[in-house]
Amino acid sequence: MRLIYFAWVRERIGKPQEDVELPAGIETVADLLRWLKSRGEEYEHALQYPDVIRVAINQEHVEHREKIAGAREIALFPPMTGG
Amino acid sequence: MPGAVVPTVRIQAEDFDVAAEIAKMTQGRADIGAVVTFSGLCRDEGGRLAALELEHYPGMAEAEIGRIAAEAVHRWPLQGLTAIHRHGRVAPGENIVLVVAASTHRQAAFEAANFLMDYLKSRAPFWKKEHHTDGSQGGWVDAKEADDEAASRWKRN
Repeated sequence: MRLIYFAWVRERIGKPQEDVELPAGIETVADLLRWLKSRGEEYEHALQYPDVIRVAINQEHVEHREKIAGAREIALFPPMTGG
Repeated sequence: MPGAVVPTVRIQAEDFDVAAEIAKMTQGRADIGAVVTFSGLCRDEGGRLAALELEHYPGMAEAEIGRIAAEAVHRWPLQGLTAIHRHGRVAPGENIVLVVAASTHRQAAFEAANFLMDYLKSRAPFWKKEHHTDGSQGGWVDAKEADDEAASRWKRN
């Protein structure tokens, strides 16, 4: 599964994207954020406040309770500031 | 007829020409009675800001603005709808975003343009980073709660 990061999430994690193998038991976006946060200091720094992180699965916005089965691409980013 | 219009959505690094976009929409037609345009520009924040760096999510940016535009043509009887958003480095005084909405009567065009901008601000995957005139790199612009509230007023039960 491909993870993509934007803005300060990307800067704090230190890479724009990565391919990961998820361990068993990671079912929802919230599970994914919790697991990622435990992967090291840079992830801890980026995902310190998981509630503010916005998530898109296959380029569509989703809530944190959304199941991630079947996702090809999951993007994590801060609240958007376009326009 | 609502839903018959196919919106134009462009995500691009280069600037756009507001007059040219209006002309493209209205050329050769005699049925349009109202054209509303909104352009968003980069401010210098009292001389502090040298430029904004606009990061975006390629693919999703087009898709998400496309979804918002499709909702707008579904809700209002529009005759044309264009949304253009720039990415990359934008200097103060330059354009960032353009919405052009056309309809028979003004109200639909006004409301659709307003709706599109409100949703675009809180849902289109773009992030602004400030570059300061003193050479220091500023931070990422914080999202405003007011923008989420502006979008929520269009919610229908």
